[in-house]
Amino acid sequence: MNPAVLIASVYVFALAAFLGYQVISRVPPLLHTPLMSATNAISGISLIGSLVLAGAKGYPLFAHILGFVAVTTATINVVGGFGITDRMLKMFGKRKSETKAAAQ
Amino acid sequence: MNLATYFMEATYLIASVLFVLALKGMSHPETARRGMFLAEGGMFAAIVGTLVGQHIVTWVWIIAGLTVGSIIGAWMAIWVPMTAMPQRTALSHAFGALAAALVGVGEFLVHAGDMSVVTRGALGFEVILGALTTTGSLIAAGKLQGVIYGKPMQFRGQSIVNLAIFLAMIGCFVFFWIHPEAQSVFYSMLGIAFLFGVMLVIPIGSADMPVVMSLLNSYAGLAAAATGFVLGNNVLIIAGTLDGFSGLILSILMCKAMNRSITNVLFGGFGAVIAEATSNAGGVMREISLDDAAMQLAFANRVVFVPGYGLATAQAQHAVRELAELLEGRGVTVKYAIHPVAGRMPGHMNVLLAEANVPYSSLYEMEQINPEFPSTDVAVVIGANDVVNPDARDNPKSIIAGMPILEVDRAKSVIVLKRGQGRGFSGLENPLFFKSCTSMLYGDAKSSLSHLAQAVQHV
Repeated sequence: MNPAVLIASVYVFALAAFLGYQVISRVPPLLHTPLMSATNAISGISLIGSLVLAGAKGYPLFAHILGFVAVTTATINVVGGFGITDRMLKMFGKRKSETKAAAQ
Repeated sequence: MNLATYFMEATYLIASVLFVLALKGMSHPETARRGMFLAEGGMFAAIVGTLVGQHIVTWVWIIAGLTVGSIIGAWMAIWVPMTAMPQRTALSHAFGALAAALVGVGEFLVHAGDMSVVTRGALGFEVILGALTTTGSLIAAGKLQGVIYGKPMQFRGQSIVNLAIFLAMIGCFVFFWIHPEAQSVFYSMLGIAFLFGVMLVIPIGSADMPVVMSLLNSYAGLAAAATGFVLGNNVLIIAGTLDGFSGLILSILMCKAMNRSITNVLFGGFGAVIAEATSNAGGVMREISLDDAAMQLAFANRVVFVPGYGLATAQAQHAVRELAELLEGRGVTVKYAIHPVAGRMPGHMNVLLAEANVPYSSLYEMEQINPEFPSTDVAVVIGANDVVNPDARDNPKSIIAGMPILEVDRAKSVIVLKRGQGRGFSGLENPLFFKSCTSMLYGDAKSSLSHLAQAVQHV
């Protein structure tokens, strides 16, 4: 990694941290559990690093196998995380009137 | 750069923007779900972009991994009950962190020789954070599931042992940084980090899990961000940092809600010390019969339910909603008071009550509901203990002194639903239970609540 790329990366990191702070401090405590599972699913983005390891040119077999395990766990994270977040948010999305109607 | 690479970078940029928009949507329950669709789209774009833009030659492992992962992930998403949400989240922190750690090991295998100093540093961070989060989260999940004993496990000299492990890990890291060819040191670092994760979470009691979960969430994100530095990939840095900071903010909020510092949570071994006679609790607890309790509730004007972890263990969320609806049908105003650290993870109670169709407009945060307790006729405490312990406010010697509480003791009367006469999870006596306005209703929360509902119908 040359210095220019490093500096650019540090900029990205710092700005993302700032943006993350701004955006996430507005999330109400009501949604903290879905927030946690959503950010967790989003950090399953390490899947794209795992994909390279599992299948890219010039990697030894052992790296492919490590990559396979990494792809599996990261996919569990992404699919499971988004799935369950959606399930939770669906419950929060119900309005009061609908709830009453459902109960009767 | 060829066309495929440009396409890949474009998908990464789109994914980054969509992730930020998704988290912005999280600021309101009405927009949150739409936001998550954006994030899913972003993730899909990034995956497609990677498969197109990288020189993928072996598809077998990728397809196998995606298939197995999707099946397990979908199974978890569909079948895990809401009461098991803390365990599931801990488990998925472990999976995410393991992926980051393994990518780090893979990079070391392939590129160890030609890495720059900075990349090696980032790689060290990635592997250490990934590995310790993996085992730490597994232990946390085990404790939450009850597979591992939930009380803090401590032994003499624990902090010295932990310090030694930590120093050994850092030592390996520095050595590897200077001598990248030292394979054994790299793998020792990996092993020690796995061990350190276990040692870090073992001494922490289940009641402190909200903080630990948030911290592990943060570590998992930072591990992904470090992966981004290693691979020179911005979308990894952005997504990982967002996750890292979300976890950090949550852990700070949780610590504030307990009036403790992060170091105190991590190294304090809270709950192991039985408070010795610092409590001003004393006297007798007054038991109440089901019918009397039902009578009190049925003729009240304002009722506030205060759920705690006991609600989750008893799976009583539906029972409480049924009772609340009956009361509302009689013209009683019903509200729910949610303490930030009630339960085992941030927002735990909100999710459970939402599952039982309780509208989120009747869930109140601590600051909103506390001024309303003096005008509340009956506060019903369901399996909550420390979060309603008036000692935190009144007794400066108490170990939870200064922790903000739900001031249910200011209500006109209090009914506490509790399994038995024993102390709560932290081992603290709760003077609330001995107050003259408090009456105790012993038994399993779920059956107590449904019996109450029956009794209210007959009033």
